[in-house]
Amino acid sequence: MLNSNIKLNPKIFSETIKRISPRDGFGEGLVIAGEMDERVVALCADVTESLRMHLFRNRFPERFVEVGIAEQNMVGIASGLAASGKIPVIGSYAVFSPGRNWEQIRTTICYNQQKAIFVGSHAGLNVGPDGASHQALEDIALMRVLPNMAVISPADALEARKAILSAIEYKNSVYIRLPREKSPIFTTEETLWEIGKSQELWIPKSKNEQFSSITIFACGYLVYKALEAAKELEQEGIFITVINNSAIKPLDEEMTLKWAKKSKAIITLEEHQIAGGMGSSIAEFLSENYPLPIKFMGIKDKFGQSGQSEELLEKYNLNKEAIKQTVKEMIKD
Amino acid sequence: MKLTSKKMEDLTITIRQEIMEMLLEAKSGHCAGPLGAVELYVALYFSGILNYDPKNPNWEKRDRVVISNGHYAPLIYTTLAHAGYFSLEELKTLRKLGSNLQGHPHRLLLPGIETSSGPVGEGLSQAIGMALGAKMNKEKLQVYCLMGDGEQDCGNTWEAVMMAGKNQLDNLTAIIDRNNIQIDGFTENVMPLEPLKEKYESFGWKVLEIDGHNISEIIKTVNASKSVFVKPVVIIAHTIPGKGVDFMQWEYQWHGKVPSSKQAEEALRQLRSIKGQIESELD
Repeated sequence: MLNSNIKLNPKIFSETIKRISPRDGFGEGLVIAGEMDERVVALCADVTESLRMHLFRNRFPERFVEVGIAEQNMVGIASGLAASGKIPVIGSYAVFSPGRNWEQIRTTICYNQQKAIFVGSHAGLNVGPDGASHQALEDIALMRVLPNMAVISPADALEARKAILSAIEYKNSVYIRLPREKSPIFTTEETLWEIGKSQELWIPKSKNEQFSSITIFACGYLVYKALEAAKELEQEGIFITVINNSAIKPLDEEMTLKWAKKSKAIITLEEHQIAGGMGSSIAEFLSENYPLPIKFMGIKDKFGQSGQSEELLEKYNLNKEAIKQTVKEMIKD
Repeated sequence: MKLTSKKMEDLTITIRQEIMEMLLEAKSGHCAGPLGAVELYVALYFSGILNYDPKNPNWEKRDRVVISNGHYAPLIYTTLAHAGYFSLEELKTLRKLGSNLQGHPHRLLLPGIETSSGPVGEGLSQAIGMALGAKMNKEKLQVYCLMGDGEQDCGNTWEAVMMAGKNQLDNLTAIIDRNNIQIDGFTENVMPLEPLKEKYESFGWKVLEIDGHNISEIIKTVNASKSVFVKPVVIIAHTIPGKGVDFMQWEYQWHGKVPSSKQAEEALRQLRSIKGQIESELD
């Protein structure tokens, strides 16, 4: 059942739930960040409107830097701006940033310890018709391996807004991964969210409280799919837990351990390569601290293709039905 | 720090020897580039051009020096030690475990280092960020970017060159050590850079070309660069790689290797007796 303490949207499973792209939440949040802190500057590489950064550009033109299609240069400039006391927020598509400028991020931001916030949009299969070239499925891995870098994959537009505002305050650099597609706003203003904390969104009904057979750790666009699956499974008498692990790095070790101990097995769910992704970070932690069976739902060492978001999620076994099926198979084992 | 011309000339001789001694002790590192760029560093740090305060390395109004070619570490370190950022004694620790003198400079370990560097081709972008930041902050300071010529191969460099032209960053002076060598050979064989002057000009820069071993010419030109408005300035400083050691000069093979102890002895012998040679060229 839904965890009432988390204060999720009461209309969470309604047909009429509002659907907004997390990019819109980020764009709004960036303007608020700019109003709250004059050190905030924004840089973009020729995808300003797509990233919703035009809202910031229009409000603070003197604090916006258009670099053109030059993602490597954009990182270096961000590093120099950080050295000048600014808090740079750089945006592009995840395939290009951190895809094309990773070494610059490593050297001039992480090793150099200059703080910047990276926003990689169009991450995951949900990018849809543009096809594999534009569907970033490797960016969590690329950013997760870097010291001094936090990684976030917001689950809805409100969370994306909270993510950018938290990132401004955070001690280190932050990578925020955004999908292209609209998604239901299932959280509310009151839902607490912070870097380094995951949330128990769906918990087993009271009689099963002490033991949840399966716990799903999900991030990003797929968190809502996991909730839909959990609801339908409950109707079939299967009680699971869904953890929103959108704050991927640093990992909320306490919460991860808590639910590992209550579970027979774990499923990790992400729109990313299984290698090096969010699920890997859970596995790295649990294999040392509380080993148990883990099923990784993600992309299995291949590229995407063109299609509608929902068609692609079905094709790559990441939709609601695939989640339900996986839970049932895990219970059987 | 401001030294007389005579003292700057003497310092170039001392620094060349120290570079060789450091490399001999470290047993790895880069020879040719650092030896060839000594006059550039001495002119910048000891003629009074540069605003800096070793006692207050993070002084807000300091000029910024972004070193894009971090493999010049031995030259960078000797220069900063003589400028007063840390003791000359520390130079012996180059490349050793636990040393502040990493193989390539790390900002967090040494005062006077603006950026951690090593991978070439990204310093100019950082310098642009600092120049833009200074303009946003309404600070009147000059940003210097010291680059090699090999890194003119990098796409990142040209992204930055285009950007500096677009933003008319007249608080930015880039200095290219045009020594014509890189790891795999002579620059014009590896990847032709010429006409380098015309390339920069076509990207909206003011280009000045100098003899990179002539201290007075370096000082005059860097000062002139500060009075150019609306355009960033690049100074192409023609230098001799390995300058001062006859078997290293113009030899690209010395880009990234260190001499054997016998070769180093010979190099040091030559560097100690270099005085007359350098002076005559400075006249």
